[in-house]
Amino acid sequence: MRHEVRFSGFGGQGIILSAVILGRAAVMYDGNYAVQTQVYGPEARGGASMSAVIIDDQPILYPKVTTPDIFVIMSQEGYEKYGVQAGENAVMILDSSLVHSRPRCRYVEIPATREAKQTLGRDIVANIIMLGALVKVSGVVGETAIERAILDSVPKGTESLNLKAMKLGFELAEKGNTV
Amino acid sequence: MQGNTACAEGALAAGCRFFGGYPITPSTEVAEHMAAKLPKTGGVFIQMEDEIAGIAAVIGASWTGMRAMTATSGPGFSLMMENIGFAVMTETPCVLVNIQRGGPSTGQPTMSAQGDMFQCRFGSHGDYSIIALSPSSVQEMYELTIKSFDLADRFRVPVFLMADEIIGHMRERIEIPPSVPRVERKPLARGVLPFHPDEDLVPGFPQFGMGYGVHVTGLTHDERGYPCTTSPSLHEELVKRLVAKIESARHEIADYRVTNPDAEVVFITYGSPARSVEQVIHDNPSDRVGHLRFRVVWPFPEKTLWEFPNARVFLVPEQNLGQMAREIERHTSVPVISLPKLGGALHTPEELKRAMEAWR
Repeated sequence: MRHEVRFSGFGGQGIILSAVILGRAAVMYDGNYAVQTQVYGPEARGGASMSAVIIDDQPILYPKVTTPDIFVIMSQEGYEKYGVQAGENAVMILDSSLVHSRPRCRYVEIPATREAKQTLGRDIVANIIMLGALVKVSGVVGETAIERAILDSVPKGTESLNLKAMKLGFELAEKGNTV
Repeated sequence: MQGNTACAEGALAAGCRFFGGYPITPSTEVAEHMAAKLPKTGGVFIQMEDEIAGIAAVIGASWTGMRAMTATSGPGFSLMMENIGFAVMTETPCVLVNIQRGGPSTGQPTMSAQGDMFQCRFGSHGDYSIIALSPSSVQEMYELTIKSFDLADRFRVPVFLMADEIIGHMRERIEIPPSVPRVERKPLARGVLPFHPDEDLVPGFPQFGMGYGVHVTGLTHDERGYPCTTSPSLHEELVKRLVAKIESARHEIADYRVTNPDAEVVFITYGSPARSVEQVIHDNPSDRVGHLRFRVVWPFPEKTLWEFPNARVFLVPEQNLGQMAREIERHTSVPVISLPKLGGALHTPEELKRAMEAWR
């Protein structure tokens, strides 16, 4: 059941945290194996950021992502750098408020940044909306698992905001424009 | 859990209560985690002015009886070389973690490498031997850090955890045991001179506060610990013992994994390239590819090569230009093919499969 998930956006959006939360959900709450890696460089806030998670029910040997089957793209630059090579059988969840291009593969438009700002009043939780949408669309981890992993990982006092964001992600994925 | 965090957690579980060092990419998370956790265990974290002082503080802490460590990468490791020799000469147990990055010099701070495998063995001046381990998973970052402390105390020697950036920074599943057994330092018996070796060539360690008067010097010293720098025989005897206490125990220290011992084409790895080889073996089960994976790299356990009696070729993928390949070559008549890769990327399973097919 090996899945390779690639997240990309700009530094500051929580691209790496999203991957860490997803891996945590898979390992701690679904009992699977996961390896999380990232492009690790001198990039600062604003530059293209990429992280990846491999999820499998078997131990993961080669730890690097080779052909991702799931993409979560949160910026145009991230799309151009890491999203364009998406294979035809992949699925891409993209933040339609920030990404203008569309891939050849199946994709789901989630206006995460706009919704985070307008509905929740904090654009900082856009990544959690995307994470919720990812889980709804792909089922790579369970909904309870992602909820518990989010609660483990976010700062104290922000739990209900983040859970609202996750649930908004579920909803947007259900009614989202799938192409 | 992240590899670097697992290393720090392993150190804490092993009873490490002192960290002295200076943060450097890609090892910084080890120091960060120790800084957050050590004070809560009654331990001490000191960020020193540089890596030279960092290892010096570790050596001092170890002499008080504490398990002590530092963590660094290439440039910091180079700065530590002089005091590593001091730790060897004074037989000070300590653990040095090197999360290797691209060198020489400041090189590639954020990229993976295995270019310091000879530096950890030969980097300080004079003849000596040390112990070096190499983890290839987050689980092993935890386990081999603990093992490093046990080996350091058992042999009174600096022990190196030679990880690479890929293993240090990746996060994966880890299982932490409820308790960790610990090898204690052998205490110095009453009435025995502090540098008088036992049969295993390792002297007992004087315990702080028990009334021993011990002189600790990097100069050539007698069994009292006093400098004695002009006797050829005393110097020869001391240096030969420092080497022999490690080298004569190399098969006891050896720690490795064997896959498909009847294979003709055999990969030899340590650190992250092991993961690529494991993928090749998993994806091509009918090829019966052999794999020898070192968890302890130094002292080099040459007998492990005998585990593959049918070997026609040893393929050695490393993130350097063939350092351990050169050492392996010294010990076997089987052709040794180095598969070097520089720049920070891991060997892909496809690259290794091509190399393997060329030698079939």
